[in-house]
Amino acid sequence: MRESTIMKIHYGTALAAVALVAVHILMRLTQGFADSLEYESVIANYKFVPYAIMLELILILLSVHGFNGLRVILLELKQGQIYEKAVSYGCLAAMIGLIAYGSRTIIMTNMGMV
Amino acid sequence: MAQVSSIANEQTSTPVSSSKSVMLRISRYNPEHDDSSKFMEFNVPYEKWTTVLEAILEVKKHFDHSVAVRYSCRQATCGSCGMMINGKPRLACFTKISELDSDVVTVEPMNNFPIIRDLAVKFERLFDTHQKIKPYLIRDDTELETDEREFLQSPKELEQYIQFANCIKCGLCNSACPTMATDSSFVGPQALAQAYRYVADSRDKGKDSRLKIIDESHGIWRCHFAGSCSQVCPKGVDPAMGIQFLRGYLLGFRS
Repeated sequence: MRESTIMKIHYGTALAAVALVAVHILMRLTQGFADSLEYESVIANYKFVPYAIMLELILILLSVHGFNGLRVILLELKQGQIYEKAVSYGCLAAMIGLIAYGSRTIIMTNMGMV
Repeated sequence: MAQVSSIANEQTSTPVSSSKSVMLRISRYNPEHDDSSKFMEFNVPYEKWTTVLEAILEVKKHFDHSVAVRYSCRQATCGSCGMMINGKPRLACFTKISELDSDVVTVEPMNNFPIIRDLAVKFERLFDTHQKIKPYLIRDDTELETDEREFLQSPKELEQYIQFANCIKCGLCNSACPTMATDSSFVGPQALAQAYRYVADSRDKGKDSRLKIIDESHGIWRCHFAGSCSQVCPKGVDPAMGIQFLRGYLLGFRS
């Protein structure tokens, strides 16, 4: 993939994440932070499908943006063909792993398996 | 032989009897013999118009002829005498001692360049990246027929790139760039500014190939817009602005 395409995704995910995280924070403000962190409240959020979808989107956006940012930082720290391939594929694998693990949590909770 | 003699007798404009003097600290380092650099200090007389280069040449003439420094035109045109002067990349021939407003002037080789000896650095990386971005007009019809006219440009078209054509390849922008310090593969502000110079030229048809060259993992996207390249340019080129314009092409904001 060309670097400009990757950076378009990088900027796009940042903007989308800012918007969705703002919605997420506003939703938390509707009932106060202490109440929103209650176990039942958290489970209820996951079971509310539109909200669960938004959490999933935030997870994907932040994972893509964050791990690409980490890749960029690591590429600037050190250079070398093997190192750069390891960094790129390592960050991609970590990103997929985090999204898979987070999605599993959201899906399992949404389906009442927790 | 006569020519060698005249070079040896070359005079600097600084009279030795000047009333003012400055402490000139010169970084000395020979990679073949030394483990680290050390500073040598010289008390050099100067006048209001004396440049740092003239002070260094004064040292070479009267105190230590072995100080290694690269210079040529003495008028900020050749781009040979770039060095760190009191911690900032500057042209030695374009920096007056009186303007530094300091009793001590410290000169070191430019950052982000391998040292040959003392103040002289290797320019291979700069020239390689400059060459990489194809610094020439690309067209299919470069061979003109006898009855054809030259490629005309309006003043507005010229304004798009003319300041970037002032680059003298002195390397000060690359020396000031923080990304150049950590990323040994980064193409650098000098080459990126030159890429924009040709991309913005209405006579050039090589925009796509140039954008492709800089659109890689150590290309234009590694610029963090510190802006130090534009601050240090002695010719008024603004590489940081050129880089942002190039990003505009790659992001689809410019065509």
